Amino acid sequence: MDKIIIKMKKEVSDKIIEICDRFNNAPGELINVLHQTQDYLGYLPAEAQELIAERLHIPTAKVYGVVSFYSFFTMQPKGKYPVSVCMGTACYVRGAEKILDAFEKELGVMPGETDKDGLFSLTSLRCVGACGLAPVALVDGKVFGRLAPANVKAIVNEYREMDKQ
Amino acid sequence: MDTIKLTIDNREIEVPKGTTILNAAKQMGISIPTLCHFEFKGMDVHNRPGGCRLCVVEVAGRRNLAPACVTECMPDMVVRTNSMRVINARRTVLELMLSDHPNDCLQCAKSGKCELQALAIRFGIRSNPFVGPDHAQSSYQIEVSPSIIRDMNKCVMCRRCEMMCNEMQTVGALSAIERGFPAVVSTAFNQHLDHSPCTFCGQCVAVCPVGALTEVDNTAKVIRAIVDPSKKTVVQVAPAVRVALGEEFGMKPGSIVTGKLTAALKALGFDYVFDTDWSADLTIMEEGTELLGRLKRFLGGDKDVKLPILTSCCPAWVNFFEHQFPELKELPSTAKSPQQMFGAMAKSYFAEKINCKREDMVCISVMPCLAKKYECGRDEFKVNGNPDVDFSITTRELAALIKQANIDFTKLPEEEFDSPLGESTGAAVIFGTTGGVIEAAVRTAYEVYTGKQCPKIDFEELRGLEGIRSATIDFDGLPINIGIAHGLKNARKLLEDIKAGKCNFHAIEIMACPGGCIDGGGQPLHHGNGDIIKARWEAIYQADKEMPIRKSHENPSIQTLYKEFLGEPCGHKSHELLHTHYFDRQTTVEVDLNK
Repeated sequence: MDKIIIKMKKEVSDKIIEICDRFNNAPGELINVLHQTQDYLGYLPAEAQELIAERLHIPTAKVYGVVSFYSFFTMQPKGKYPVSVCMGTACYVRGAEKILDAFEKELGVMPGETDKDGLFSLTSLRCVGACGLAPVALVDGKVFGRLAPANVKAIVNEYREMDKQ
Repeated sequence: MDTIKLTIDNREIEVPKGTTILNAAKQMGISIPTLCHFEFKGMDVHNRPGGCRLCVVEVAGRRNLAPACVTECMPDMVVRTNSMRVINARRTVLELMLSDHPNDCLQCAKSGKCELQALAIRFGIRSNPFVGPDHAQSSYQIEVSPSIIRDMNKCVMCRRCEMMCNEMQTVGALSAIERGFPAVVSTAFNQHLDHSPCTFCGQCVAVCPVGALTEVDNTAKVIRAIVDPSKKTVVQVAPAVRVALGEEFGMKPGSIVTGKLTAALKALGFDYVFDTDWSADLTIMEEGTELLGRLKRFLGGDKDVKLPILTSCCPAWVNFFEHQFPELKELPSTAKSPQQMFGAMAKSYFAEKINCKREDMVCISVMPCLAKKYECGRDEFKVNGNPDVDFSITTRELAALIKQANIDFTKLPEEEFDSPLGESTGAAVIFGTTGGVIEAAVRTAYEVYTGKQCPKIDFEELRGLEGIRSATIDFDGLPINIGIAHGLKNARKLLEDIKAGKCNFHAIEIMACPGGCIDGGGQPLHHGNGDIIKARWEAIYQADKEMPIRKSHENPSIQTLYKEFLGEPCGHKSHELLHTHYFDRQTTVEVDLNK
C-alpha cells in the first residue's frame, strides 16, 4: 500500500530531464532519449527509466519493453575499463572466440556482464577496422592486436595494477 | 458508401471499403481461425496486431499468404480461405505454437474455454513434429497476486492483455518485453503485479485466449468454510452476477436468475444467503448523504468543498486514482464499496443479532470482479487482522462450485434471499451497470434534498453504453450536473478535465470495466460478443423494474438498520464502520539531496 519513492542524484536527474526536454518530452522520441541517457550514464538503470517514463508520459512498462528489446541498451553498469572483443570475420577466423573465452575465464563474467569489482565489463562487437591486426580486442578504447589467449591475463593484470595506483 | 466486390471461396460478396478479409468472410458464414485478433463490438476495443498468422489466406496474384485480419478487401480480389496451401500453413503455425506450450490441459484453469485448445481440436492435432528434446520451451515463474495468476509459459503473445491494459484501461501495467524465445508480456522490470500500477480490473484475464492469465481460485476455501462446523458462513451476491450466471449453464444471455442463484447457494450449504444489493442501498444512503452535504456547503459559499464527488464502489477504479491521480484522492466519496459495507455490517450488526463471534463468521462474496478479491485483503478493511469480507469468488467460480455439487442449475426452484441482509430495491440492482450507481443516488438524493416525491424513477438520460455521458438533473429548481464514465481510458479523460478545471460536474460515476460490472473481469467469458453485454445490460434494468420498491431510502430493512444500530447516515457510527480513506500509491522519482 506504500507509495514508492525512487531517489536519484540531482545532477543525474537534471541531466535526464534536460535530455527529455531536448526532445520536447515527445513519446515518439523514446529511443533517442534512451540513446543519449545511455551515452551519459553508460547504462540505463531502473530509476532512469522511471524518470524518462514520467517525463514522456508513457508507462514505465513500455520504456522497459524497448530497453529489453534492443541488445544495444543495457541495464548493467559498464565497468571502469570496458572490454570489447572483435568477432568480425577476419578476427573470427583467426580465433577471436578463444580470445573471448579467455576474457570470460579471466574476468569471471559472460558477455554483457560486469565483474564484481565494477572494473571490467565484457562485450563482443563486429569489426573495429583493424583487420590486419586480427584478432583484436579493445580495452578502455585502446586496441590490442595479434592476440593469443595466453596474452589475456597480462592485459587484465596491467589494468588491475594501473587501477591500484 | 463505397463498396467493393470480391470473391471468397468461389462466392461473390460486396462489402464496404475498409472491411478486412476476415470480417468479409465472417459475413458469409466462413469463420477463419484467429488467436490474436480481438474485436469487442460496441466498446471500441480492437486488437489486430497480425501476429499469430493463423488467419492466413491465399490471395490470387499475391506471392505469400496474407493475414486476413489486417488485409483489407480490394476490388476483384480472389481469396481462398481453405486451400491445401493455407491449411498446411495454418497447421504448421499451430504446431509451432503448441511446441512452446505446456501440455497440461487436464489441469489448466482455462480447459474447455481455451481458444488454443479449441483450435487444436478443430485441426485434429494428434502429434507434433516440433516437440522433442532438441526444441526449446520458454520457462517463466508462475506469479500469484491477490487477484490474478500469471502463468506466462502458456502465453501465446497475442497481446490482447497488453491492448486492454494500455488502450482500453490506460493503466500501463503490461507491455511486451524481451525478444525471441524470452519475449513475453510482463510488467516494468518484470516486477510482481503488486508493485506495478495494475488495478486488478481483470480485463486482461477476460480477453486472454489461453490459460496464461486466470483468476485466483478460492472455491476450495469456500468448501472448507462450509463444511467447518465451528464457522457460520455468510454469503453475499453482487447485482451483476444474477444477469450473467445463467450463461454458464447454457441459458441465453440476459437471463435473470436471482431465484435460482439463491436456491443454488442454499443447496451449497451456506448458513445465510444474503444480497450485496442490500448494502448497495446502504451505500446510497451514505454516499447520497455525503453528496448532499458537500452540495449544501458549496451552495452556502464554502470555497474549500471538494466537488465533483466521485463514486467509490469500484475497487479497480480506486486503485487507478491512487496510482495515477493521487492528487485528486480527496474527491471520491469516502463511502466503502457495497462489498465492504456488507462485510462490516455482517460482522458487527448481524453477528450481534445471531450472537456469533467475529472470528467464527466467514463472510464470502460472489462478485463479477477480480479486483474485489484484492479489495477484501486491504488492511483498512480488517479488524485485528480479521477481514470484514474473508474472500471473494467470481461468477465463473460460483458456476464451477455449483457443477461440482451436482446441482442442476436450470431445474432449480426459485428461492428468496434470507432476511434481513437480503432485502433490497431496484435502485441497488442497477449498481451492476454503468450509470446505475448515480441513477440510484439521484432517486434518493432528489427526495431527501427537496423533501418531495421524485416525479420519475427511470432516468433514461443517465443510461447507455457510450464511454462518457453527461446529463443535468433538475432538483426542483437546482440543476445538478452529472458525469458518467466507464472503461478507465474514459475515466482518465474526465479526470484530466477536472485537473484542468474544465469540469462543471457536481457528481461523477466511474466504473473501471467497459459496460460496468456486467462486463467485469470475473464474468462468464464473452469472447468479444457485444450482444452478450447488451443483453446483460437490458436484464439489469428489467430486474430493477420487477422490484416492488425502487428507491434505496425506502428499503425497510435499511431503515431498521439505522433505527436499531447506526443512528443516522454519515453519523458517528457510520463513519467508523462504513467509510474509508485513500492512499497515494504513485511511483515518483525524487532528488536525493544527501548524495
